[in-house]
Amino acid sequence: MSTSEPRPGDEGTATAAAAGNGTLLELRKVTKTFGPVRALTDVDLQIPAGNVTALVGDNGAGKSSLIKTVSGLWGPDGGEILWDGQRVHLHGPRDAEALGITTIYQDLALCDNLDIVQNMFLGHEPLRHGMLDEPKMEIAARDTLKELHVTTVRSIRQPVASLSGGQRQSVAVAKAVMSQARLVIMDEPTAALGVAQTTMVLNLIKTLASRGVAVLLISHNLNDVFEVSDRVAVLYLGQLVVSGPASDFDRQSLVEYMTTGTSGRAPGTASAA
Amino acid sequence: MPRDEEEALAESPSSTDPAASDQSAVAVEGDPTTGLSQAQMATLAPEVMADSLGEYFAAWGRRLRNGESGALPIVVGLILIVIFFQLEDSNFLTAGNLVNLLVQSAVYILLGSAEIYVLLLSEIDLSVGYTAAVGAFTIAELIGPPVNLPWWLGIIGGLIVCAGIGGIQGTLITRLSLPSFIVTLGGLLGLEGVMLELANLDKSAVGGVMSINSNSPVDQLVSSNMSVALGWIVLVIGLVVFAAVTLSRSRSRRAQGLSAPPMSITWLTIGVTSVGGVVVLLICNANRGLLTPLRGVPWVVPFVIVVLLLSTWLLSRTRLGRYIYAIGANPEAARRAGINVARVRTIGFMLCSLTAGLAGLVYESRQGNIATDIDGGNLVLYAVAAAVIGGTSLFGGRGKPLHALLGGIVIAAVINGLGLMNVSAAVTDMATAVVLIAAVTLDSLVRRRAATNTR
Repeated sequence: MSTSEPRPGDEGTATAAAAGNGTLLELRKVTKTFGPVRALTDVDLQIPAGNVTALVGDNGAGKSSLIKTVSGLWGPDGGEILWDGQRVHLHGPRDAEALGITTIYQDLALCDNLDIVQNMFLGHEPLRHGMLDEPKMEIAARDTLKELHVTTVRSIRQPVASLSGGQRQSVAVAKAVMSQARLVIMDEPTAALGVAQTTMVLNLIKTLASRGVAVLLISHNLNDVFEVSDRVAVLYLGQLVVSGPASDFDRQSLVEYMTTGTSGRAPGTASAA
Repeated sequence: MPRDEEEALAESPSSTDPAASDQSAVAVEGDPTTGLSQAQMATLAPEVMADSLGEYFAAWGRRLRNGESGALPIVVGLILIVIFFQLEDSNFLTAGNLVNLLVQSAVYILLGSAEIYVLLLSEIDLSVGYTAAVGAFTIAELIGPPVNLPWWLGIIGGLIVCAGIGGIQGTLITRLSLPSFIVTLGGLLGLEGVMLELANLDKSAVGGVMSINSNSPVDQLVSSNMSVALGWIVLVIGLVVFAAVTLSRSRSRRAQGLSAPPMSITWLTIGVTSVGGVVVLLICNANRGLLTPLRGVPWVVPFVIVVLLLSTWLLSRTRLGRYIYAIGANPEAARRAGINVARVRTIGFMLCSLTAGLAGLVYESRQGNIATDIDGGNLVLYAVAAAVIGGTSLFGGRGKPLHALLGGIVIAAVINGLGLMNVSAAVTDMATAVVLIAAVTLDSLVRRRAATNTR
C-alpha cells in the first residue's frame, strides 16, 4: 500500500488485513474541552494492530490533544477508550505504558551521554547480583536492532550523541519495541531528517507494523503518509472528519479534508470512522 | 503486500546480510560502512571503535586531533608543573615530599569525588567544605571525652550526620525546586555556624581546637604507615584481583560476542596500572626519615583508593549510578523512563555529603586535630576545581571519580610546590588561582574545538 494513487482494488485487501488483525485501540465519542475551547469533539477512531494509521490535520486540528489523551497525559472529558475491546481509564502515562502504549515525541527523550544499550534499557535495567547485567542488555539490544534492520550503527556501545537523526529515531523505536509496546505513537518522526534518513525511518515504521505493532503516525508530510500508512484519519478543528484505508485518498482530497473538513473529489469512498 | 515480501526476503537466512536492502538506502549519508561522518567517528571512544591495537591508537589519535583529549591535557599539565617545581626546588621530587604530596592530595581528591556526584546531576554543592568540617567535629567529639565512643562508631556517627546534611539540602532542592546554588550557599554559611557552635558546646575544645588522641585510628589513618612487606602484599593482591576481574570480564564479553576492547588494550591497561602501583609503592617504601628511618605507604593512600573504587562501582555498575548520569543529561527523558528523579537527586546530594564527611575525617587525621579555622570556603573551591580540572563537566552528565584523583593531585602539587618555594600566602593564593584558571581554560578551549568539529 505504498502508492500515492488511489487504487480501489487494493481497498479490499487493506480492510481484510485490518479486520484480521483486529482493532487494538478504539476511541468512542472522545471529547476534550478546556473551558469554552473544544480541543476534541466526539472523536471516533479505530487503530488496528499490525497497521500504520496516519493521523493528519492542520495546525490546531487537535492532533496533539489526541496523542496526549491516548498516552494518558490528559483524561478525556467525555467518551470512552477501548483497549482490546475492554473499556480502560488512563490516569497517567504509566497506565498507558502498562497497557503497551508508547509515545515517541519529537525530542525522542534520549540521554546523549549514554550509549545505545543504556538508552534502550533506561529505567528497566535488568540486574544480576544487584548490579547492572550489561551482557544481557547488550545481547537483547543487539537482537532487537537486528530485527528492526537497524544496522548502520558502528557499535551499540557508542553514545547517542554521536548518532545521526535517523539513527536516534531508530534507537527510540527500538526502545519502544524492547518495552513490548503494542501501540507506538510517533509524533512527526521524519521532521528535520534528510532524504536517506527519512527512508530509513519509514522502513523502520513498516517493519514495526509487520511485527504486529499498531503504529499511530502523526505527520505533516503527505509523502510519508502515503508511503507507509495503511489507514488515514483526518482531524479538522477537533473533529475527526474522515478516516479510511489510505487507498481511498489522494494528495488533493487529503489536503481538502485537512483544510476545509470536506472533499469534493472522493465523496462516499471513505466512510466516517 | 509487496512490502512484506521484500522484508521476508531480506530476513531469509540465505541472504548474507539480512539488512542489505536497508543499508543501501542509508549508505549515502556518509561513510559507507558506518553511515557516520568523519567528525562523528571522532567522538567515539577508542574502545568502541577498535578491533586491534593499531586501530585503537588510530581512533585515539583521531579523537585527540578533534579535541576529545580526555585526560591527556591534565597529565601533560601535571608533568609541566612537576618539572617547574623540581627546577625551582630540588626537594620537590624526593620520596619524603612526594609522599607528603600524596597525603596532601587526599582531602582534595575526596572532596572532588564528593562534588562529582552532584556535578553529574548538573547541580552544585557549595557546602562540602563545612560539611566536612561538621563531620570532622562530630567524629572528634564522639571519640573524645566525655563521650568516648569507639573510633569506628565515632566515624559512623560523623558520616550519618553528613549524610543527613545532604539529605536535608537535597530534599529542599528537589522537593521545593530550589536552586542548589542557593540552598548550598546557605549550607556554606549555616554549617560554618553549626561548626562554631559544636566547638562552643564542647568543653574540651580549647580555643576552637579539638585535639585527637594520637593513638586513635582516626589519627593514625594518616600518621601511620603500612609496613614495607604489607605494602607489597596488598599491592600484589590488588593487582592480581584487578587483572583477574578485567581479563575475565573481557573474556566473557568476547565469548558472548559482545563488544570488548582489543585484548592487547586490556593487557596494556593491566600493565600500566601495575607499573604505576609499583612506582608509587617504591617511592613510599623508600626511607624518607630524617633522623629515624621512615618507610611504608600511609594508610590514607589505600583508603582513598578504596573510596574511589567504591564510587566508580556505584556510578558505573548500579542502577543508581546509571540514573545519575541519565538525569544529568536529560532529566525529562529520565522522568519518562519511570525514574524517580527527585529521589535519585536527593541520594546524589547525600552521597556528596557523605564523601565530604570522609574528607573531613582525613583532614582531621592529617592535622591531628580539628579546629574552627578550617577554611571550608576555600575547600569547596578546591573540590569543584579538582573535579573540573580532572575533566568533569559543570553542566552535568559527564565525569567520573578518576577525574577527582587527577585534579586533586594537580592542586596538591601546586600548593605543595609553592610551599617549598617559601612564597608568601598572597602569592600562593594568586598562583593557585592562575593554575586553576589556566587548567579550566585549556580544557574549555580543547572542548570548544571538539564542539565545533563535531556539530
